Amino acid sequence: MIVQKYPGADGLAGTTLRINLTTGEIKSLPTDTRLMREWFGGRGAIAKIIYDEVPRDADPLGPKNLFIMSAGVMSGCFIPAGAKIGFGSVSPLTNGHGDSNMGGHLGPTLKFAGYDMVIMSGIAPKPSYLFIDDDVVELRDASQYWGMGSLECEPALKKDLGEDFEIATIGPAAENGILFSCITHDFGRQAGRTGQGAVMGSKKLKAIAVRGTGGIKVHDLAGLTEHVTAIIKRTQTHPNMEPWQKYGTAFFIDWSNKNAVIPTRNFQTTHYENIDGINGEALVEKCLITHKACFGCWMNCGKYTKAVIPGKKTVYLEGPEYETGALCGSNLGMTDINQVAYLNWLLDNVGMDTMSGGGVIAFGMECFQRGLITTDDLEGHTLNWGSVEDAEHFVDMIVNRRGIGDWFAGGTKRAAEKIGRDSIKFAMQVKGQEMSGYDGRHAPGMLLAYMTCDIGAHHNRAWTITVDMAEGRDTVEGRAKVVVYLQHIRPLFDCWCICRLFWGELDIEPEEIVESLNHITGWNIDTAEALKTSEKVWNLVRCHYLERNRANGRTFDYPPARSWEDKIPTGPSAGKGVSKEQVETMLDEYYACRGWDNDGNPSREVLHDLKLDFAADNLEKIGLLGKPLPDGIPAVRGERYKPKAF
Amino acid sequence: MEIKRIKVVSSKCTGCRLCMQICAISHHEEINPRKTRLKIEAHFPEPGVYKPRVCTQCGKCLEVCPENAIYRREDGAFIVIPEKCTNCGECIAVCKPGVIFQHRDLDYVLICDNCFKCTELCNTGAITIHTRVVKEDK
Repeated sequence: MIVQKYPGADGLAGTTLRINLTTGEIKSLPTDTRLMREWFGGRGAIAKIIYDEVPRDADPLGPKNLFIMSAGVMSGCFIPAGAKIGFGSVSPLTNGHGDSNMGGHLGPTLKFAGYDMVIMSGIAPKPSYLFIDDDVVELRDASQYWGMGSLECEPALKKDLGEDFEIATIGPAAENGILFSCITHDFGRQAGRTGQGAVMGSKKLKAIAVRGTGGIKVHDLAGLTEHVTAIIKRTQTHPNMEPWQKYGTAFFIDWSNKNAVIPTRNFQTTHYENIDGINGEALVEKCLITHKACFGCWMNCGKYTKAVIPGKKTVYLEGPEYETGALCGSNLGMTDINQVAYLNWLLDNVGMDTMSGGGVIAFGMECFQRGLITTDDLEGHTLNWGSVEDAEHFVDMIVNRRGIGDWFAGGTKRAAEKIGRDSIKFAMQVKGQEMSGYDGRHAPGMLLAYMTCDIGAHHNRAWTITVDMAEGRDTVEGRAKVVVYLQHIRPLFDCWCICRLFWGELDIEPEEIVESLNHITGWNIDTAEALKTSEKVWNLVRCHYLERNRANGRTFDYPPARSWEDKIPTGPSAGKGVSKEQVETMLDEYYACRGWDNDGNPSREVLHDLKLDFAADNLEKIGLLGKPLPDGIPAVRGERYKPKAF
Repeated sequence: MEIKRIKVVSSKCTGCRLCMQICAISHHEEINPRKTRLKIEAHFPEPGVYKPRVCTQCGKCLEVCPENAIYRREDGAFIVIPEKCTNCGECIAVCKPGVIFQHRDLDYVLICDNCFKCTELCNTGAITIHTRVVKEDK
């Protein structure tokens, strides 16, 4: 059908789609410009809509959950790396607000087609895909694509629709309700975290295909062009540009190993003896086909590669980038980059987040190492460190939910609950989501970032690891205020739907990015206002989590006991580790810094300051509103910190 | 006299499309990579390469234009006269690299006019300016 379109405010496409997948009804509405202004689109707008519209008792995989994609206010707007698209829903992995985003070309293309946001409800009666071709929007039959791997479905759809469609797909993992399933686009870009693919699968939505030929109007195109062109030209010669372009984030594999934070064999230790086999050098030397960039990005961190393993078909993929390299490399004891790349492809194609997926396989391997699961549980197979064959068979059991594969389909926390025998101690997750590729035992700020991350353990909200290196790894004092600052500035990029990597790596100041935003939107805001808006999103997401999970926030903010019970056994950080008391101290400082009470619940005072009185009322009704702070709330939460480039 | 055109090294292209964005902004004051005068072909999943396609200045478009709406400027560029172009598409049919474009908002075709804004933003050297000195007739 041809939908009605609406003119967009500066920076916006203009139209929002609301689609009831159960009935097939497609409605087009003018994009809510007030929502975009007050919540910045992307993650922020998604958080507000989910908070307002999804009942607190709704099953994340049921019809009442929403599945939203939003391209934010800056995606596609000639801003460096303005390529992101955000997805959001109540997460089946964490049972709280979940959002995840990816680069590539889909976000800009959605806006070129004329849409800022697509809000989907219900469950399609049969496998379907969303087709958007400028003014034409349809739900189409996806029966012939259902069951295909993510990486196989994308070229199949391009062949049927045209090369100039941008396509997002899910794989069999999402179709089968594996809770850490991802969404894939552009042959290797993923929205991996919080199980957004699982929600898409629960709605029987196999893919999203978009072609757009329109333009985006911005407030001051001449000013924007001059500003952005100057940034691009200035940074072309930045010393970090060359290693970044050459290795992408895989550059950090060596760095993490040298600094003894790389997770090794399910976070048992932090230094890996076979790092040369899986590092950035190995990737470029053995696997690289071409460097690959997202829309409008001059840093091309993407590495398009192939994995060649004797006896297996040669596979093509994007990656492994750092997180996959660590979590499917050292964390599984893999010794060769081709093994890591093959597992990267395997998980991408079945549609599992390589971060949670790597964490889940590693947890399984440690259970096998300790005899908690045996070959009898594994259909006669072993599950040994460093074995691609074992990992591949285990993944197949999980994807198809065979035997104990079903236990692991919900991630490490749920698997540990089934396995018992204290395995929860080394289920490396917080709030049900697996940790990223940094061990926090000798990087306490990073540990606090995982503990307090609003969507379960995830590095991206506050990549504190470099702060630990710079400020001291044996002390925890003072780390909270930096974590809070990072939790405000970094998610801003997820609201705006632009990549954050250039900010930290190329010395581009937040004020320069806000200036770009003002050229695009005409809002004329400053960095302080931007940060406060991000803080508002953070607090709303916290309230949402408490309203759904009904206990004091502090109870959810602890890492697995390995974090304080097991000192690091080997490598440069041997003997190091935080204590339980230090974990408690960090939480105390963190809550005070946020204006939350010592139980980890937001106080009315801070919620009022953020114009979230409605959320305070809701918390009060269920007895989880934070008590007033004895000394009042800090005037500004978080302390600005300039990350040091490495 | 100097003849200029865009030189391509495909293996250096990362598919970022900054070239297409600045092309549209420069010529149409609009963020819309569909209003472009060059394109990036993506060949994925196999073999996994990008191929920038640019005007090679072969002149076939000028030869077939029934309206005399294209002329060659002395720097080598083939320039479309929007007022004369009827958007008939005959030039598109003979353009081997496929770099003459139409857009639904425009009633004339788009051909590279050697502004070279794209080469300024290309961060990998995939597209650069190629200059050839030609002796002038006396």
